[in-house]
Amino acid sequence: MAGRGKLIAVIGDEDTVTGFLLGGIGELNKNRHPNFLVVEKDTTINEIEDTFRYGSPRGPNGLTSLEQAALDSLLISPNRQFLNRDDIGIILINQYIAEMVRHALDAHQRSIPAVLEIPSKEHPYDAAKDSILRRARGMFTAEDLR
Amino acid sequence: MSGKDRIEIFPSRMAQTIMKARLKGAQTGRNLLKKKSDALTLGFRQILKKIIETKMLMGEVMREAAFSLAEAKFMAGDFSTTIIQNVNKAQVKICAKKDNVAGVALPVFEHYHEGTDSYELAGLDRGGEQLAKLKRNYAKAVELLVELASLQTSFVTLDEAIKITNRRVNAIEHVIIPRIERTLAYIITELDEREREEFYRLKKIQEKKKILKEKSEKDLEQRRAAGEVMEPANLLAEEKDKDLLFE
Repeated sequence: MAGRGKLIAVIGDEDTVTGFLLGGIGELNKNRHPNFLVVEKDTTINEIEDTFRYGSPRGPNGLTSLEQAALDSLLISPNRQFLNRDDIGIILINQYIAEMVRHALDAHQRSIPAVLEIPSKEHPYDAAKDSILRRARGMFTAEDLR
Repeated sequence: MSGKDRIEIFPSRMAQTIMKARLKGAQTGRNLLKKKSDALTLGFRQILKKIIETKMLMGEVMREAAFSLAEAKFMAGDFSTTIIQNVNKAQVKICAKKDNVAGVALPVFEHYHEGTDSYELAGLDRGGEQLAKLKRNYAKAVELLVELASLQTSFVTLDEAIKITNRRVNAIEHVIIPRIERTLAYIITELDEREREEFYRLKKIQEKKKILKEKSEKDLEQRRAAGEVMEPANLLAEEKDKDLLFE
């Protein structure tokens, strides 16, 4: 089943997002929702988490992210857009931002969309914090003991 | 773990043959699954190695790209807001294809270009060359990242598949096969028991017959002694036969 034309989403600081947009991955879908989020010093963790889960800072019915989050905690299904948007195949996220929403990342078990942690200018890549490699580390210790 | 249960079946020779066949089938299945699990684990390790290599490479590529971004910013001023505002269509998209490894369908990402560069006119006033270099660097980074994402999804999918296969192998090895073996043992004991019962019954009947025979012989002896019994004519005894005229 080949998925046609999926997008690459970015959640990162201004420089990262600018760079990737220049690389040509940015798009606004028909609801004028972008597939990227610029995280600044004053961006709340909730907003990041919501975009990760819901795909845009505001939900489709015009609630703010906090209200949306409150509403969703009442509903059973937590995943909405970035993770549930079927036109997004890869989500790039800066590692230091990934640290902030680690729990949301760990809860994501599906293979698509793939979540990739990338380094930022201030924070070089640290393999110990990557959630994918941590799963592998679990495997490796068992192998070493054998 | 469930208790020592076996399959409820009436013990007969036919049932024994059926159970033997099932045991064979379960063992073959277990071996095949084990092989599949080994093949998947092998592929898994290879992918993991590649992922680690690629991630290290990606770290470097990102660093270089970030550096060129700083250069371009220095030359062209702060263009971030302009770039972010002028988003409309993506030129680079990915499509997910299915690859097959040892029977497991793995998703693989392939990037493709579509449409023209919407930032063609971006660096026209200042810093055009830096911007072009920047775009190239980030395009390279995107390609590398798409490859990395493919590896990562394969990794996750394989992980799940291996867990499932191992679970099945263990289930067959620790639940199904012991259950069949216990059933087989039960059938064999039941059949043996039945044979023993038959044997015992036969022996008893033989004994009874023997006793009856002895009793009737004794009876006969007594009656003979009392002279009540007439012996039937004995062909072998040498007596003169009255009916023969000439001897």
